[in-house]
Amino acid sequence: MTEPSFEKIAGPGAAMANSKGLMPDREAALVRRRYRAEARFKALGVAAIVCAISMLFLLVGSIISTGWSAFYQYEIALDIKFDKAEIDLTNPRNANYGGLVKSALSAQFPEVSGRTNKRTLYGLVSSGADYQAMEVVLDDPSVVGNTRRVWVLASDDIDSLLKGFIDRSLPEADRRVKNKELVWIDRLKTDGRVRWSMNTVFWKSGDSREPELAGFWGAIVGSFFTLLVTLALSFPVGVLAAVYLEEFAPKNRWTDFIEVNINNLAAVPSIVFGLLGLAVFLNFFGLPRSAPLVGGIVLSLMTLPTIIIASRAALKAVPPSIREAALGVGASKHQVVTHHVLPLAMPGILTGTIIGMAQALGETAPLLMIGMVAFIVNVPGGVTDPSTVMPVQIYLWADSPERAFVARTSAGIMALLGFLILMNALAVILRKRFERRW
Amino acid sequence: MKHLLTATALAAVVSVAAAGSAVARDQIRIVGSSTVFPFSTAVAETFGKTSSFKAPVVESTGSGGGIKLFCAGVGTDHPDITNASRRIKNSEVEKCAANGVKEIVEVKIGYDGIAIGQSKAGADLKLTKKQIFLALAAKVPSGNSMVANPYKLWSDIDPSLPKTKIEVLGPPPTSGTRDAFVELVMREGAKAFPDIKKLGKKEFRAISDRMREDGAFIEAGENDNLIVQKLEANPVAVGIFGFSFLDQNADKIKGAEVEGVKPTFEAIADGSYKVSRSLYFYVKKAHVGVIPGIQEYVAEFTSEKAASDEGYLADKGLIPLPPADRNAMRKGATGLVPLKM
Repeated sequence: MTEPSFEKIAGPGAAMANSKGLMPDREAALVRRRYRAEARFKALGVAAIVCAISMLFLLVGSIISTGWSAFYQYEIALDIKFDKAEIDLTNPRNANYGGLVKSALSAQFPEVSGRTNKRTLYGLVSSGADYQAMEVVLDDPSVVGNTRRVWVLASDDIDSLLKGFIDRSLPEADRRVKNKELVWIDRLKTDGRVRWSMNTVFWKSGDSREPELAGFWGAIVGSFFTLLVTLALSFPVGVLAAVYLEEFAPKNRWTDFIEVNINNLAAVPSIVFGLLGLAVFLNFFGLPRSAPLVGGIVLSLMTLPTIIIASRAALKAVPPSIREAALGVGASKHQVVTHHVLPLAMPGILTGTIIGMAQALGETAPLLMIGMVAFIVNVPGGVTDPSTVMPVQIYLWADSPERAFVARTSAGIMALLGFLILMNALAVILRKRFERRW
Repeated sequence: MKHLLTATALAAVVSVAAAGSAVARDQIRIVGSSTVFPFSTAVAETFGKTSSFKAPVVESTGSGGGIKLFCAGVGTDHPDITNASRRIKNSEVEKCAANGVKEIVEVKIGYDGIAIGQSKAGADLKLTKKQIFLALAAKVPSGNSMVANPYKLWSDIDPSLPKTKIEVLGPPPTSGTRDAFVELVMREGAKAFPDIKKLGKKEFRAISDRMREDGAFIEAGENDNLIVQKLEANPVAVGIFGFSFLDQNADKIKGAEVEGVKPTFEAIADGSYKVSRSLYFYVKKAHVGVIPGIQEYVAEFTSEKAASDEGYLADKGLIPLPPADRNAMRKGATGLVPLKM
């Protein structure tokens, strides 16, 4: 067999250029064309990145521009007379605080008469004002018998008006806020009885049908409990499965079969896991509906393959020399794995786990089937209490007719994105700080 | 690392074991219609705040799905109340009874109007049910035969209608709003043609219930907010959605007249606006006394404070029953009189 000639490998042009040391026009044109093709290719790549980034900016920009107004709320000052006759100090929760708020409003606008007018007047403040008045009494019982200025939440329509989302120039019939309400609000404003403050309700309470009282905290806690269960189940199972498959299992048809199935499991649509959860955990085992426990179990089925695949990759990345060295000084297989391989693979395993958890955090479809898409006022206190999770809360708000929920929806999305960024940042930090390259 | 692994494994075992011994439920569970959901949740919230009971958990599963869950059996694993945007069917009552759910209390809470709306920028529409049928049905009568819907512009149907493209955004077949729209508008419109009216039930429904699929009727998903947003962006488009969404967005969209009546609170309440349906909820009598608070919840829902013209449910868009019906309903509901089909 003869050696292939240079010409055969590099083509006739190369041989010519090589032998003569100069390029004919045809060759120069070819090179120019190649450079142009490369430039075009690079430009397409840049265009793709610009396209993706501008989409991202558009998305985030639209969310922030509609959602930022949910982070503050307008309040109205009322001089509430905490009547001794109304409030029984031995049982202060039972008093008619709604009545106290109403009489404070009536005292503020003594000229308002008639049933419908009064009803409109009482609608200036949120229905949560009653509970705010109650809180005042519970905090400081000495207020009973006195009059105190209390800042109560404005109702959602008034809040929207004060935020400038309601066009005053529209005909009265087309506005949610009527002319007489505009007059009252303007008077309260000139009296210095209107102010804005940070929306603490959003971060402190559960869901509500009133936008100004609706909070995200219930969903955050629900997500926390759900992910806790997911982590508690999928992390040990996933890591042990990966360690066994990677370090102990023989390579045969069975392990191949298992590996193929794990990879397939990673691609199963999440709603399927929801149906499984409904059939197995709710109907067969009789676990409670809407509970983070069941949600967590279902989501752990979903994150398991992610964790197993990431853990196996991390274990594979540990060089065999480490194992051989440990075995060489007399360590058992078990000691090799727990003393050397696992600790070295842990940053990679944790990164995979966090990414799996972040995926689970954004999941709604499987939770639909097990009853976590529900209206729940109480903030859950444990894994068996009914609860929702963050993406479900966003979905429920997006479906509500009240206009003020639009901003709440976007605010919820921002909070969820914040948690996702936090988790992914943690994964990046873990990788950067602890990962070892060989 | 070993400790971490054992600890997490232990935690998993403990949490599963704890759930196995789930305690008796002390909280009402409600499932059912997404149309009743906003009202049911408002009552649930007020009930939780003003009573000594926990606020009920309300799931939005759709009317049919809710009744299925409700009828699955008696016991704390099954919901206590289901909401429905239509009356329970005979077949469903039978299925319930077969599963041991024998005594059901029916509570009618009011009406929900279905609005046909468009952007404020669009030309006013004054429609009849017959015209809506002609605009949206897959097949319409022409001469002596049925042809695929040829109408492209509203003015093709009737010269008095605007010369704009027929473009209607409506709910998908899975939605209760769609069922009600078909029943209240499409079938009524089809009946205006004697040739169609005299057909057998099956043939009639094949014509009246089928919406056109050539792009003039667009299934816009279950989210009514989305339909409202699309109407805002496209002044020609017409949407079909619940009245509460029209009520909340009165600055951007307007309702079309149907048979000479505009969809307003008053017109739906007095029955002159015909495109409206009744809303119900059903209570499992066997759970009363087992799950605390059911009777009190029913009382709250039917109270004047909630369900009257000036109640908080009216603020949420519910059209209340007339006072006499309301009183009768309250009596039946608080007395837990079981349903007889």
